[in-house]
Amino acid sequence: MTTTTTATTVEYLLRLADDNVVMGQRLSEYISRAPDLEEDLAVANIALDHVGVAQHLYTYAGELEGGGRTEDDLAFGRTEREFTNALLVEQPHHGFGDLIARQFLFDAYQLELWDALSRPDDARLAGIAAKAVKEARYHLRHSSSWVIRLGDGTDDSHRRIQDGIDAMWRFTGELFETDEVDLAAGVDPATLRQAWDGTVDAVLAEATLHRPEDPYQATGGRHGVHTEHLGHLLAEMQWMQRTYPGLEW
Amino acid sequence: MSYDVPQVPGEHQEDPTGGHEDHGWPLWEVFVRPKRGLSHTHAGSLHAPDAESAVQNARDAYTRRAEGVSVWVVPSTSIRASDDAESMFEPFEDRPYRHPTFYDIPDEVGQM
Amino acid sequence: MTGEDRFQATIEADAKIEPRDWMPDGYRKTLVRQIAQHAHSEIIGMQPEGNWISRAPTLMRKVILMAKVQDEAGHGLYLYSAAETLGVSRDELQHLLHTGKQKYSSIFNYPTLTWADIGIIGWLVDGAAIVNQIALQGTSYGPYARAMVRICREESFHQRQGYAICMALSQGSEEQQAMLQDAVDRWWWPSLMMFGPHDAESTHTEESMEWKIKRVTNDELRQAFVDQTVPQGRYLGVTFPDPDLVYDEGSGHWQIGAIDWDEFWAVVKGNGPLNRERISNKVKAWDEGAWVRQAAAAYADKQTRLADSA
Repeated sequence: MTTTTTATTVEYLLRLADDNVVMGQRLSEYISRAPDLEEDLAVANIALDHVGVAQHLYTYAGELEGGGRTEDDLAFGRTEREFTNALLVEQPHHGFGDLIARQFLFDAYQLELWDALSRPDDARLAGIAAKAVKEARYHLRHSSSWVIRLGDGTDDSHRRIQDGIDAMWRFTGELFETDEVDLAAGVDPATLRQAWDGTVDAVLAEATLHRPEDPYQATGGRHGVHTEHLGHLLAEMQWMQRTYPGLEW
Repeated sequence: MSYDVPQVPGEHQEDPTGGHEDHGWPLWEVFVRPKRGLSHTHAGSLHAPDAESAVQNARDAYTRRAEGVSVWVVPSTSIRASDDAESMFEPFEDRPYRHPTFYDIPDEVGQM
Repeated sequence: MTGEDRFQATIEADAKIEPRDWMPDGYRKTLVRQIAQHAHSEIIGMQPEGNWISRAPTLMRKVILMAKVQDEAGHGLYLYSAAETLGVSRDELQHLLHTGKQKYSSIFNYPTLTWADIGIIGWLVDGAAIVNQIALQGTSYGPYARAMVRICREESFHQRQGYAICMALSQGSEEQQAMLQDAVDRWWWPSLMMFGPHDAESTHTEESMEWKIKRVTNDELRQAFVDQTVPQGRYLGVTFPDPDLVYDEGSGHWQIGAIDWDEFWAVVKGNGPLNRERISNKVKAWDEGAWVRQAAAAYADKQTRLADSA
């Protein structure tokens, strides 16, 4: 493997890792705030899966990079302009409707992504993907069930989940943008789009919700150009390491 | 830790009177089979609006340490119980011939 | 044999009382209150620890802490489930918690100010809880005892994760060691108060002991906790904020100084540092989730009606 290819692979892995660590961080904010105990358990479970896969990806990226950076160096030592997560996962939730909308749209994408990455060009990544795809299947079952219950529940819940889907929609296009990093190191996200559309449309239909028509799609996450939300999220997440650098915990 | 938090002198601690239902999610009993070859055992209960979420929630609540090959959920109202009070002191004792210790097998016969 | 005779015989034989057995009204009431308050404690306990999930200093510490808090939700669930076998609903118990008519362990009214507090909670607070919970495995009511066995199995990881955090701090920089000592100074006395008033002052104890709901007294549990914990503190190189703490050769126990019962009663009465916030956070989560629970119930209803008409 040439140095260029390694660097590209590292960049790709960091995108996936950043997606998952930020999503895990967002979900973990909701623990003890869920509508009931059972849902607290479910959200914690999903958050654990996301941070867990991030750990695997950061560790792999650090090893490939060969500069001695650990999973914590990569998660806590990079700035918001270095983070390459998709904009969708950094969006805050103002309630359960937002949270489920964000989760559902991301889960449907992750399922296709991990499935595609399970094909072994890179055995290590394929191993991570094989476990992650099982988790994504479980996450999607959870989030899509909720989209349906809320969409086809009461008038109030219908409105709130539709609002959530509408608010998150403009961050979905970015998931399927392709660049040379995706093509060199991973899968072409554009190839995941059709299956994602199928899943999303089917669930929205069963939920009696409509697909938003917002033509505007945000972009920039993969190049470190984020919404204002990421800075605050990282400030909180990285605080201990920034305040007490170089220590063991 | 003292969970019987002491009563503040003069304060009246209220006891439940029954019948404060908020969202009316029914109660489900959870049974878990920890591994192949064993039976399902009762693990506890939880609230859920429907069977599908009951199973998902049961997985999160009762198999967090991968302690379950299979999870059953049953609406609590579907459980029919025997009247245990009657049989508690019943004479299973007066059929001792059901127990192996009743029989005196000579040692020479070996393991039985 | 009357139900009452059977009940007495079962208690005397150290066997378990099960949900559909006859039981004295006082026994049922005491159990409901105790199990409910135990459950409420687990749930409220998610808040002081949850406070540091977003700022955990490493990814490993973050996932371990999340798993611990998730376990606490699960423990609450097992305990509410045990309480419900006594003929009350979880909703009703929650309502009593929200309106202050049922309480939770006062230790959770203290704030987690630094990362070291998270280690201390695992070491001292869970350590104290384990001492009590091991004793409760022998409680006479079947569902409560079984819930306790399940909880005890999971709880030992909790104490270890806390102690591991403390060890890392004690072996770390001067700043980390100071952080650890500061946390011990703030949490030691509240941890001792977790065991409740001295036996002589404890009104419930005698009855609870007769019914074998309670198996070991407050002072006995507190002494067991102190004896196991002081050497652990020595290993960490911390001191305890008690000038009267001394080892008594004669009894083989560590003697503690006088507990400030004024502080204890103030916190039980609702005037601890975070009593109001803990409850208002809980109520807020419940109220804000009402639309979700209603939606799920409405959806389930629709499905049932569809199935019936099919």
